[in-house]
Amino acid sequence: MAEGTFKRTDGRGVEEMRPMKAEVGVVPNADGSAMFSFGNTVAIAAVYGPGKMHPQHSQNPEKGTLRCNYNMLSFSVSDRIRPGPSRRSTEISKITEWSLEPALMIKRYPSMVVDVYIHIIQADASTRCAGINAAALALAHAGIPMKGMISSVSIGKLDKQLVVDVDKNEEDWEEGEGATDIPITMTQDGEITHIQLDGKINGEELKQAIELARKATKEIYEVQKKALKGSVDLNKK
Amino acid sequence: MKTPRVTANRIDEYLSSGKRFDGRKLNEFREISIETGISKKAEGSARVRIGKTEVLVGIKMDVAAPYPDSPNKGNLMVTSELLPLSSSRFESGPPKFPAIELGRLIDRAIRESKFVDFEKLCIKEGEKVWSIFVDIYSINADGNLVDAAGIGALAALKTAKFPKYDEETGKVIYDEHTDVSVPLSKEIPIVTTIYKIGKSLIVDPTQEEEDACEARVVIGGTAEGTIFSMQKGDAKEISIEEMNKVLELSKESKKNVFSKIEKFLK
Repeated sequence: MAEGTFKRTDGRGVEEMRPMKAEVGVVPNADGSAMFSFGNTVAIAAVYGPGKMHPQHSQNPEKGTLRCNYNMLSFSVSDRIRPGPSRRSTEISKITEWSLEPALMIKRYPSMVVDVYIHIIQADASTRCAGINAAALALAHAGIPMKGMISSVSIGKLDKQLVVDVDKNEEDWEEGEGATDIPITMTQDGEITHIQLDGKINGEELKQAIELARKATKEIYEVQKKALKGSVDLNKK
Repeated sequence: MKTPRVTANRIDEYLSSGKRFDGRKLNEFREISIETGISKKAEGSARVRIGKTEVLVGIKMDVAAPYPDSPNKGNLMVTSELLPLSSSRFESGPPKFPAIELGRLIDRAIRESKFVDFEKLCIKEGEKVWSIFVDIYSINADGNLVDAAGIGALAALKTAKFPKYDEETGKVIYDEHTDVSVPLSKEIPIVTTIYKIGKSLIVDPTQEEEDACEARVVIGGTAEGTIFSMQKGDAKEISIEEMNKVLELSKESKKNVFSKIEKFLK
């Protein structure tokens, strides 16, 4: 990789993420809530539950259900999004459930449901990753027992160069081989709970991308941990 | 209706000693058969069977306005319906997640691979382009619908011919097909899925095996190893080491599937 010679549109290093912010307790009414941002991509998530599952026939007596709902606010992108669920948002909602569930001790809540509502307030690519990071924080903030934290990042391949944390300009990269977008989610121990890919890549590059994601998710984990610790700082009040 | 847990546990046990209920190897597909031209009204169509699993894929085309962000490119729309006819586990009504996902998985493999040359579908930039609709229907669901749908989409696109278009009236004359094929590239996106059951990785599960699976990775790519699309499904983590094995197995399965469907793609 020709590191150092590659110029990212916003001047970042290839492995450099945008500034991250994380905060818990942003929705006081919820049982747990959080905001997570990568630069201009801002997601908020709120957790309600565990509570009674309605409708009753959806109850699972073996384990609790994690129900995620991902949504982009109509004004979060340049061309207004028609409000309501789309095929894309339906898929991301499910992907988010799959990303988070391995870390949750949801078996403890048979027949019950934990609802996670994720809204993208401002979008500059990597919205599903920001949403997952916010949701993981919100679940921890709600006190749902977890085996560990979940962190998500998008790895990009711009022409032949791998980069960490893709923004919108990079997502629309057209030179050379164009842009390949690879959102990856991992547990804090580095197990993959989610991976998607759109673009063109070979096996070796993909392996490198997963290694980059491992490094990046460690950094994200630190930001999430700090936000959670901050929320229990009694002196802060 | 669903596979009982005792069966799932037994499947896992069998797999860990390298065996499957139907005697196949872990990396072995059931028999694949393809029939094209199964619907004369469609611009292109195919029936794909993998073992007892069967899907129908049809192509319809229409002239429409391009999307504002790609004024010189044709449109692609892939949808799927999991018909109640094909399994007692499917219900009628608006599409639920599995049907939505199936359409999107195939859509992305085709789109990202640039298998269809969308620029050649442009009639007048910014005004008129060809739209291609790829519609997938399950006829008998016995596991691995995704791979079957992917093969079906390739075969249907390969046989699709443009209908006649009357520039003056702006109408498409569907009763008269031209002999012009849809412009396709040589990089063929094959969709294969690797399923994880316990510690085992398998391809082409039966419905029972699919029910027992804890995670799966759908990968669209060429038999030569280029990857265009990928999506992990279900809530079970996969280690980095395991993911490397998934990639190896995926590559091998694409070669295998390609050798079986090659003659339909010429």
